[in-house]
Amino acid sequence: MAPVVDTDLGAERRLTGAFFLVAFVALFVGVVTGLFQGLSHAGVDLYSWLTPLVKSYYHGLSLHGVMNVLVWTTFFICGFVPFMAARAYQRPLASRALGWATFGLMVVGLLIAGIPLLQNNATVMFTFYPPMKAHWAFYVGLTLVVVGTWLVTLNLVLTHRAWRRQHPKARTPLPAMMALVTFIMWTIASLGLAAEMLVLLIPWSLGWVQGVNPLLARTLFWFTGHPIVYFWLLPVYLSWYTLVPRQAGGRLFSDPMARASFLLFLLLSTPVGFHHQYTDPGIEQGWKLVHTFFTFAVFFPSLLTFFNVVASLEIGARARGGKGLIAWFGKLPWGDPSLAAQVLAMLTFTFGGIGGLINASHSMNLLVHNTTYIVGHFHLTVGTAVTLSFMGITYWLVPVLVGRGLWSRRLALTQAWLWTVGMALFSYALHSLGLQGMPRRTWIAMATYTQPEWGELTPLIGIGGAIMFVSAMLYFLNLLLTWLASQEPAPIPVEFADAVSGPEAAPVFLDRLRPWLVLSAIFIFVAYAPTLIHMILETSANVSGFRVW
Amino acid sequence: MAKNDTTLYLYELAWILPSVALPVGMLAALLVTAFGAHIHLPGQAATLDPAHIDTTSPFDQPGLVEVGVGRYEARIIAGIWFFNPPEIRVPEGSEVTFVGTSRDVIHGLFLPDADVNVMLIPGQVTRITTRFPKAGEYTFICHEYCGLAHHTMAGKVIVEPLE
Repeated sequence: MAPVVDTDLGAERRLTGAFFLVAFVALFVGVVTGLFQGLSHAGVDLYSWLTPLVKSYYHGLSLHGVMNVLVWTTFFICGFVPFMAARAYQRPLASRALGWATFGLMVVGLLIAGIPLLQNNATVMFTFYPPMKAHWAFYVGLTLVVVGTWLVTLNLVLTHRAWRRQHPKARTPLPAMMALVTFIMWTIASLGLAAEMLVLLIPWSLGWVQGVNPLLARTLFWFTGHPIVYFWLLPVYLSWYTLVPRQAGGRLFSDPMARASFLLFLLLSTPVGFHHQYTDPGIEQGWKLVHTFFTFAVFFPSLLTFFNVVASLEIGARARGGKGLIAWFGKLPWGDPSLAAQVLAMLTFTFGGIGGLINASHSMNLLVHNTTYIVGHFHLTVGTAVTLSFMGITYWLVPVLVGRGLWSRRLALTQAWLWTVGMALFSYALHSLGLQGMPRRTWIAMATYTQPEWGELTPLIGIGGAIMFVSAMLYFLNLLLTWLASQEPAPIPVEFADAVSGPEAAPVFLDRLRPWLVLSAIFIFVAYAPTLIHMILETSANVSGFRVW
Repeated sequence: MAKNDTTLYLYELAWILPSVALPVGMLAALLVTAFGAHIHLPGQAATLDPAHIDTTSPFDQPGLVEVGVGRYEARIIAGIWFFNPPEIRVPEGSEVTFVGTSRDVIHGLFLPDADVNVMLIPGQVTRITTRFPKAGEYTFICHEYCGLAHHTMAGKVIVEPLE
């Protein structure tokens, strides 16, 4: 692939930078509130000092969850993915005006939702299950953010069409195909959340209707709530497939296999939500098993990704003189913080993936559902596989955006390793405590039923959390100094990797989205329609709202 | 080049086949536990109007009812931030079916030591059966965030030894 003339994408850079700024602010708020929780579990209570700002453990927890899991991820992705698509197509986005309008809408949405959240009027966690009732602005604001993501999809589709008109025969460049699949998958998946907000929560929170069906709302939430993890992961995979092989000094092993795995994610990401609802009444076990089946089916493209990415790393390491069955791993360019952070994220993700299989197994899920085991799990996945990879991406991308070199490589390397070590301790403790029956989303320090043996592990939550907090502060410091004080020359952007087995080897059906979309719709219909129709007809479940915090 | 391509395909295939086998094997194991080991999940039991919970059977009389020899039904209403009843007593070796619901927000019913882990959702009735082969105190807790005093919401099953 010829190098992109990045100067042509100046407007895209500024847009990406704007999205990143919001993402960083969200991550900062999320990390600070996260520290309070970790320390609270370890017996150090900071909440009494924080009452003017953070009203309760649960207020802090809601801020932590919403800021990290919804805002940091979404804004980062909306900044990163379209920019990569523009580079891959070697053309600007179809509409820069639409790009900025999207950013504006999402910021307005965030502010509308953020005000009640900060004021303790939406202490409902990032799952906001009704009939717990937040201020209406919380729901309206989040909905605007989701609508913003649809506009990103629109811009990507328009860009693809414009490119296709000029290249009727060519294969879609792999990063562009991945960008497109990520956002189309998300747009389909987010329909559940949109329906929950527009039909149930917003009219109810505004007082236009008296009640809400809690089970229906919860089911619509998880319609979106599981595939959202693929919305976080696929942009990471975009980096692991198309940039990391180059950063490792090698090539992507197989382009067709990469395309196949993304199409399978498009197909299988959504009909899996019931695996979050195994313990719910009102959904028949048979339908829960159908979702188990689809969940294990998604394991297949995950394994394809694992193989392809590791094979690509191996090609790079061997080109650098790596030998042996495993020993080549040490020959990766570990001095490059962008690569090191992402490889550490991959290693951590291996454990997160295995834990995910346990959660998805309906029998074992009964041991871990709503315990801290789940919290340990998703801090390995979204908290490390995704977040540490995003951090790694910013180590090359932010210098490109601001036109100055990274302020300190060594500090960045320290940061990535600290995050990994802190997370290992933190997550080990939470997994173990969950198996010992410690519930999640609970102010354990004040709980009336704490078990004596929990005390052996709770200090690790505080220690691991504090290490991650230090790591995050080093991250922000490094980025800030890169922006404001770095004397290093501007780096050359990382180019997309070539493939050993290139796009020309891919069958044509891997470059057509329509048949996959039709199949995806059929799967979703089969998995959801009977249960949803039953719930909608269930009229007795009409519950008014409660403010319980 | 052609030889190289063949090697690549073989590598891909050598990975794809076990990648299919692995999830299929795990699914098979799950089906065995579902139908062979009788590990059941809650399903569609019944619905009710939470506004009239106190006059709707069986929640008009929360508590323990003997439904057969050594078999009991524990009718439990969750509400902020209490279980009603907060304590039940059964003899050692009993089989207990928890029949639960919520009068307000979503709660949970979690007995880590008796493999009960279910959600209590307003408008829905949750049924789940377990056994208490050994005497002792079993704490049950609410494990779904339900507001400011969520961490104080707990109850107890006291399993009394047989004489």
